[in-house]
Amino acid sequence: MYNYKHYCKNLHKYIHIVDVCFFTVSQEQIKNLYQRFQQLSGNHEKISRDDLERIPALNNNPIRKQIITAFFDKRNQHQNDVGSLDEIGFEQFLMVMSHFRPVNSTATEEEKVTVRKQKLRFLFNMHDTDNDGIITLDEYRTVVEELLSQSGAIETEVARSIADAAMLEVASTNVPHMAPDDFYEGITFEHFEQILKGIEMESRMSIRFLDMNTATMRCGKLSS
Amino acid sequence: MDPIRRSSTLRLTGLLCLLFLVFFSRGFASHDVVSEKSSGTTQEDSRSQANSTAHKKTFPVLSFNYEHVRTPFEISLWILLALFMKLGFHIIPTVSHIVPESCLLIFVGLLVGGIIKATGEQPPILDSNLFFLYLLPPIILDAGYFLPMRPFTENIGTILMFAMVGTLWNVFFIGGMMYAVCQIDAAKLAHVDLLSCLLFGSIISAVDPVSVLAVFEEIHINELLHILVFGESLLNDAVTVVLYHLFKEFAHEQAITVTGAVLGVISFFVVSLGGVMVGVIYGIVGAFTSRFTSYSRVIEPLFVFLYSYMAYLSAEIFHLSGIMSLIACGVIMRPYVEANISHKSYTTVKYFLKMWSSVSDTLIFIFLGVSTVAGPHTWNWIFVIFTVIFCLVSRVLGVIGLTAFMNKFRIVKLTKKDQFIIAYGGLRGAIAFSLGFLLNNNEIKNLFLTAIITVIFFTVFVQGMTIRPLVELLAVKKKKESKESINEEIHTQFLDHLLTGIEDICGHYGHHHWKDKLNRFNKTYVKRWLIAGERSTEPQLISFYNKMELKQAMMMVESGSAAKLPTIVSTVSIRNVQAKGSPKPSRAISKSREEEIRRVLRANLQNTRQRLRSYSRYELLNDALEDDISEARFRKQKEMERRMSHYLTVPANRQETPPVRKVFFQQEHKVYTYDDSESPRGRASPSCADDVSELKETPEKPDQSSTPRANRDAELKPKEQDDQGDQLKVSRCLSDPGPNPEDDEDSTFLP
Repeated sequence: MYNYKHYCKNLHKYIHIVDVCFFTVSQEQIKNLYQRFQQLSGNHEKISRDDLERIPALNNNPIRKQIITAFFDKRNQHQNDVGSLDEIGFEQFLMVMSHFRPVNSTATEEEKVTVRKQKLRFLFNMHDTDNDGIITLDEYRTVVEELLSQSGAIETEVARSIADAAMLEVASTNVPHMAPDDFYEGITFEHFEQILKGIEMESRMSIRFLDMNTATMRCGKLSS
Repeated sequence: MDPIRRSSTLRLTGLLCLLFLVFFSRGFASHDVVSEKSSGTTQEDSRSQANSTAHKKTFPVLSFNYEHVRTPFEISLWILLALFMKLGFHIIPTVSHIVPESCLLIFVGLLVGGIIKATGEQPPILDSNLFFLYLLPPIILDAGYFLPMRPFTENIGTILMFAMVGTLWNVFFIGGMMYAVCQIDAAKLAHVDLLSCLLFGSIISAVDPVSVLAVFEEIHINELLHILVFGESLLNDAVTVVLYHLFKEFAHEQAITVTGAVLGVISFFVVSLGGVMVGVIYGIVGAFTSRFTSYSRVIEPLFVFLYSYMAYLSAEIFHLSGIMSLIACGVIMRPYVEANISHKSYTTVKYFLKMWSSVSDTLIFIFLGVSTVAGPHTWNWIFVIFTVIFCLVSRVLGVIGLTAFMNKFRIVKLTKKDQFIIAYGGLRGAIAFSLGFLLNNNEIKNLFLTAIITVIFFTVFVQGMTIRPLVELLAVKKKKESKESINEEIHTQFLDHLLTGIEDICGHYGHHHWKDKLNRFNKTYVKRWLIAGERSTEPQLISFYNKMELKQAMMMVESGSAAKLPTIVSTVSIRNVQAKGSPKPSRAISKSREEEIRRVLRANLQNTRQRLRSYSRYELLNDALEDDISEARFRKQKEMERRMSHYLTVPANRQETPPVRKVFFQQEHKVYTYDDSESPRGRASPSCADDVSELKETPEKPDQSSTPRANRDAELKPKEQDDQGDQLKVSRCLSDPGPNPEDDEDSTFLP
């Protein structure tokens, strides 16, 4: 059971949050997400990291730590804040989820560009853990190591060489002529956009909330 | 101007001479068609006669016996004709830009058929048996084996919708409308009943994979549209098969009962799912077999071909969908087989498939042209024209309707431009003709055949020729030149996991959730059974990385010299990327690298031994190319090593010095530097080292330090050319400063 009154009171706020990002979303979908949120938080107002870590299906995911951290990352709340929160409310939860909405086919080119930037920003924040605005070699190495972490005993050297090669590729494409003593600090957001321009983020990084109905969620009790 | 004109006219005359030569010999060959029956008996007589008369006459120094080799001779002539045509079109560039190859081939077929008919012979018709058993499978296998899985699975819903519902709609619309047309008195077609019309509809409505491939390949359209139309053309085979047999059966009884219809629906599921099942079984067996083929690498490609062909034939035994079986077999088999077979076998498979499908494709179109000239025709203006019109109309309506429905479920919606291309790309081809040819002989058959041929001609000529300018006009997105980038690969995988995670947090069992489950199932159970050795545990990112390295190494070999290394397009080296203050990686190079390097060196050692062995036809010796690839890989790895751990680089002044041997020694020492903690290990048995892919097996403990020293002398010779490559490379990596301050660490030699 969820707190229906509380939900209705804030519904307009929730719709506003998601609409800010040029998405349209139905009330049905917000309701579903709210139900899920209540289920995860055990009917409390806020979710903590433990609540998310308790989800069994996430155990097989090699990057679960990064995903969970992303939820509590203040940078993803679009408020120019840095750091991380200990607990998040439904609004913040929705804010993070809104990064995964597909783009309307009626959106203009500008809107598509903005959406794409936003999604890339989310990814960038996931990699840039110390929030200095660039992804350094060490951070990238961590990313690759985490990706390969579930595949059995992988030598760190292999992960390292892959990360090094990837970094080299970024450097070569973005700054093709560097003097021998120059140092490529790390991947900035512009470079990040550049190397991923082959992937259509607007459509790839999205989840179909459409077919999410209460029946597919493993809620304890369904409410009307 | 003059020399150009002269050369082009020369080419044309040459081509024409070739043509006439071929036609002449065929005319000569088909002359014997008439005397087929008698030739069998006379052959015996002539042989015995020759023997008996040998005693009386002089021994015939030169005799002529054509009957003996007639069939293979004619087949070869036809194939040669097809190949010359293909060659000819590419030599004459102007025509092939405007007209797609398939049109030209049909035209040539018409010519050939005309010539044969003019000489008074009956030109051969595209025999349905020949088509379905020999000409079609290579094309489908080629398509299925190289089917791009990601876009296919992402759009599978839309593809199935178009293939099943779209084809059904086409069948009933065309069948119904043609029946209505037949009722018009002016057409004099009252004898054509509803069932025959429906049968006709089922033959003509299926989009043909051969034609689609032939035309779409030349226009380089974007991946989404290509996979939609092409996938549809492959998967509609099940519907076609079921409806064709259904209506053919009922044409006898002149009526469809309700039970008949229900059985038809059940039959549809049996045909399609059964076909897929047969393909999957053969695919798994094939993958399992490939696990053991390391013992005899030469026959590896044959397993791939034979298993796939058997899948097709087995499905055809039970009247299941052979095409779906073939596709399923190829798709299932491919990832496991590719992990198991050697690089050479992989290249062989790829090129044989391309070759066979190319020849088949050419032959099919030529035969279509010949059959047009040959077959008895019943031309009925109204019937034919209305068929063409209704085919177009039903296709357009079907596409629009289905897209409107599917767009509700798609993330990437299909625009009007996309819909137009999909509708326009619904080409008919030889499958329709062959199915029509299999009908029972009666007057309706000729009527249908004529209409079918007209539709095929219309789609291939008109739609095929105009689609390219239309694509340009509508500015449809073209195929992206995919440059394989390791960053994209990393992020594709990252995104997959991220989206799966988000779906899990939402509690939403979506697309990614199931894909992830399937991947994990694949990794834990299936791969272990079907992939040999250690490759089964290799994660995808690493295989991708290895593939890229191999590709670059091969590019190096093929470009002839190390000077053309494509990777170095910028002056950025890993030194620019690694922080100055970053902790140096440990001195020992990774175990896997060491192992690979040792294997390569061992292989080269083996090469010098093997070259002394006598040549055996059934053994694969390490030939020069494989050596080059191994060495190129070795070079590449060493280069990467050098770029990544800069202090391992020999300082500039030392590299420039001529005495190769000295440099070589030092490099050797650098390569074989071990931590003291490594325990010695016995030498592994020299396995078949011609398999480059084996280089990436799980790293084993490094060898004893003494063995490289012993090998050094033997390996000096093959490594010399290696050094020159290295010298060139290092001199290019002029990012190296002078003598490295950390160079004193190099002096710690082997214990």
